[in-house]
Amino acid sequence: MDTVLGIDLPTWWFLLIGALISGYGILDGFDLGAGALHLFFRKEQSRRIVLNAIGPVWDGNEVWLIIGAGALFAAFPLVYGTILSAFYLPFMILLVAIIFRAISIEFRSKEPMAWWRTFWDVSYCLSSTLISLLFGLVLGNLIQGIPLDKDHQFVGRLRDFFNPYALLIAVTVLSLFMLHGAMYLAMKTEDRLYAKMTVLINQTSKFFILCFITASMATLIYVPHMEAIFHKHPVLFVFPVTAVLIVLNIRRMVEQRRYLRGFISSGVTTALLMVLFALGLYPNLVLSRTHPEGHISIYEAASTDQSLRTMLLFAAIGMPLVLTYTVFVFWTFRGKVKLEETSY
Amino acid sequence: MDNVEILSRIQFAFTIAFHYIYPPLSIGLGVCLVIMEGLFLKTGNVVYEELTRFWVKIFALIFGIGVATGIVMEFEFGTNWAVYSRYVGDIFGSALAAEGIFAFALESGFLGILIFGWNRVSPRVHFLSTVLVALGSMFSALWIVVANSWQQTPAGYRIEGEGLKARAVVTNFWDMVFNPSSVERYSHVLIGAFLAGAFLVLSVSAWYILKGRFEDHSRKAFRIALWVAAVASLGQLFTGHQSAEVVTKYQPAKLAAMEGHFEKSAPADAWLFGWVDAEKQEVKGLKIPGGLSFLVHQDFTKPIPGLNSIPPENRPTAVNFVFQTYHLMVMIGMTLIGLSWLALFLLYRKKLFQTRWLMAVFVPSVLLPQIANQVGWYTAEVGRQPWVVYGHLRTSDALSQAVRAEHVLISLLLFTFIYVVLFGLFLYLLNKKIQHGPDTDLMTDENAPFSKRNPDLFEIH
Ligand code: HDD
Ligand code: HEM
Ligand code: HEM
Repeated sequence: MDTVLGIDLPTWWFLLIGALISGYGILDGFDLGAGALHLFFRKEQSRRIVLNAIGPVWDGNEVWLIIGAGALFAAFPLVYGTILSAFYLPFMILLVAIIFRAISIEFRSKEPMAWWRTFWDVSYCLSSTLISLLFGLVLGNLIQGIPLDKDHQFVGRLRDFFNPYALLIAVTVLSLFMLHGAMYLAMKTEDRLYAKMTVLINQTSKFFILCFITASMATLIYVPHMEAIFHKHPVLFVFPVTAVLIVLNIRRMVEQRRYLRGFISSGVTTALLMVLFALGLYPNLVLSRTHPEGHISIYEAASTDQSLRTMLLFAAIGMPLVLTYTVFVFWTFRGKVKLEETSY
Repeated sequence: MDNVEILSRIQFAFTIAFHYIYPPLSIGLGVCLVIMEGLFLKTGNVVYEELTRFWVKIFALIFGIGVATGIVMEFEFGTNWAVYSRYVGDIFGSALAAEGIFAFALESGFLGILIFGWNRVSPRVHFLSTVLVALGSMFSALWIVVANSWQQTPAGYRIEGEGLKARAVVTNFWDMVFNPSSVERYSHVLIGAFLAGAFLVLSVSAWYILKGRFEDHSRKAFRIALWVAAVASLGQLFTGHQSAEVVTKYQPAKLAAMEGHFEKSAPADAWLFGWVDAEKQEVKGLKIPGGLSFLVHQDFTKPIPGLNSIPPENRPTAVNFVFQTYHLMVMIGMTLIGLSWLALFLLYRKKLFQTRWLMAVFVPSVLLPQIANQVGWYTAEVGRQPWVVYGHLRTSDALSQAVRAEHVLISLLLFTFIYVVLFGLFLYLLNKKIQHGPDTDLMTDENAPFSKRNPDLFEIH
């Protein structure tokens, strides 16, 4: 098998897709979270400010989803088709929510009427919440494994998707995004609105920690296969331990009102949770809950080495570019939000 | 055909046709914006800045909907066409991933600066962002069109495995990218997009001129767009002809359907217009006898293989549909050439803006390239049937196994409902922005145009 720097190509792509999904969680996570909090702000002026805080960047953030999904399609087509067609309706609802969110942001400011703005505010908040929950649900199902027969055909039903464990993970993801978004907004706002953010951060951080503890316990009890790897390689324990420390650190940063550091910590938390998930899966990508032979491993699902190699080259050229413009755009719009005539 | 298949095809066709209303407009407007802002930097004339700002707002609206509707198809490949996804993943996936990394990220990143960055960056950096967004939108079309071209005329691949496990794998990346129809299709698609954008600018400007509003702005904008349209419309005839040659060579069944040519091997006619009766295998209408043979072989009597030379299970079924859509596109192409060169001639004679009837014709002309773009794709895609990957994978074999018809029906109804509402809102907001027109009083202090805030930058001219 072909390797690059001693790592085989499917493993490279496993890592890269993990990185893309984490990047998506960190970036779109804060604007989804900000959206989920939107209705907590009552005044028109405040709503405009929080919306414009994400205004110039949300679309760029969403591109990480497009790249991540494209990469999954390209590197592991079997998994792409299997997961998406297994959860047909949830993904369709996700798409609808993504459309609604984009147009809510876009259309809200185009008319002055109060009913118009309220409608799009509600739609923006609901769709942001729904998107976060659906990603959480998908994640929760993938952690547990889904019903696949030995030919990797999905044999479950729609209602399997809404099991209690997956719902718990969904709420946890939502709480993490809300916290992440609240800290982003705190960096972007001033005066009364900032004061309001400090209260919201305090509450969302408690909510997140509660979810985090419950979800960790539930995983230990109900999803034993996620821990197997730690018994085999005890060094890997550093990851869960770091995750716990970082989560505790978030509380400390919140109490000290150091929101940039808090924001970075919640970003790192997102990434670490992805690492834990990936460690539990590897070398599989999708686990079958019903037939162990139905697991889809990265080797079975991968495209040819030649394709993977070409795309690795694309990624090596493309990712630094993407990071450069991301940094450039965030830098251009740094500092507190000021409403201007081009604002939403 | 079972229900999952019919519904999935309708859903895919509907969602992509809806998506395809917007990208051509953004690509074409992008070009016009680059010219407008470039002229502003060159001349320092505030009218160009006001024009740019106005069209950026319209661009943002169109772009926003293009983005919102694009993600749908990317996911649909997995949700509705899982077997197809696995079959082409090795090939198609890399195009899609490249599109995300190289094109969408560029576009979406700099879009923020284009729309919100007026007071945050210098005029030059702003112009650079405009150029990058325009380039990004052209790249976005590149990769997806390459992928589509590959499924029309596969190259640089090998088929591995059998039955449900079969898949196409890349053997030569560059052969795959430059498959026999990529270059022709991409140039034709791109120029089609330039026409869409240019005619939007022409239409709006003509309307202002008729109403006597923003005369100076509108004449400048009209001139810019007219040049784009005049060059592009000729280019479209040229690249369209090349596309037809590729079809002739690689997809004879599609060509036969485009001209309603049935006989196994006979000289083929070219129809100016007509109606195909596929049962009786005859066409009624106005034709140039032997015209197709002439276009293909430069000889009116050379035979061309017709539909009857192709096994029935490999023929496109909707022959009349392919025929009509193709002829409508060509007719519109000729009309666009006529319109734009007539206007250019009158511009040269300094009579253009006084010729009110022509201005009145330009107002609805925005629909023509839109229609041509749509029906051009219908020709290409319906003419490709029954194959998804030409000659290898049938549309009916490409579906997801796990999906149930009721679920597809639900999603199709959802999309129909949302898109109808979305389209209504889009037209409403577009109309509102056009009614409002460019802001010609940007002189307040904090919102001063570039040219007022940086007078020294423009002094040299
Ligand atoms: C403004 C839009 C527009 C205009 C004026 C034309 N076309 Fe076109 N045409 C397209 C927009 C388009 C398109 C939407 O971009 C298509 C669909 C698929 C493709 O490759 O480009 C297309 C497809 C397409 C195809 C099918 C390619 C295939 O199936 O692989 C042919 C043969 C032509 N065109 C030929 C022409 C000719 C001879 C024209 C005469 C002027 C013409 N087109 C005008
Ligand atoms: C370049 C990107 C495109 C790709 C990769 C693509 C791919 C596909 C696929 C996979 C299908 C479904 C299977 C089938 O019915 O054959 C399809 C069908 C279809 N597409 Fe495209 N398509 C593209 C562009 C477009 C555009 C821009 C339009 C219209 C504006 C369009 C119009 C259609 C139609 C009408 C069908 C249905 C054909 C039928 O079922 O008879 N396509 N295309
Ligand atoms: C099956 C085919 C297609 C898929 C999967 C697809 C996917 C997408 C996605 C995900 C976006 C959003 C990107 C963002 O967030 O910035 C998008 C936008 C865009 N797409 Fe498509 N697309 C398809 C067909 C096409 C075709 C045929 C063209 C042009 C020829 C095109 C040109 C564009 C452009 C220029 C944009 C930027 C947004 C805009 O200008 O409206 N796409 N597409």
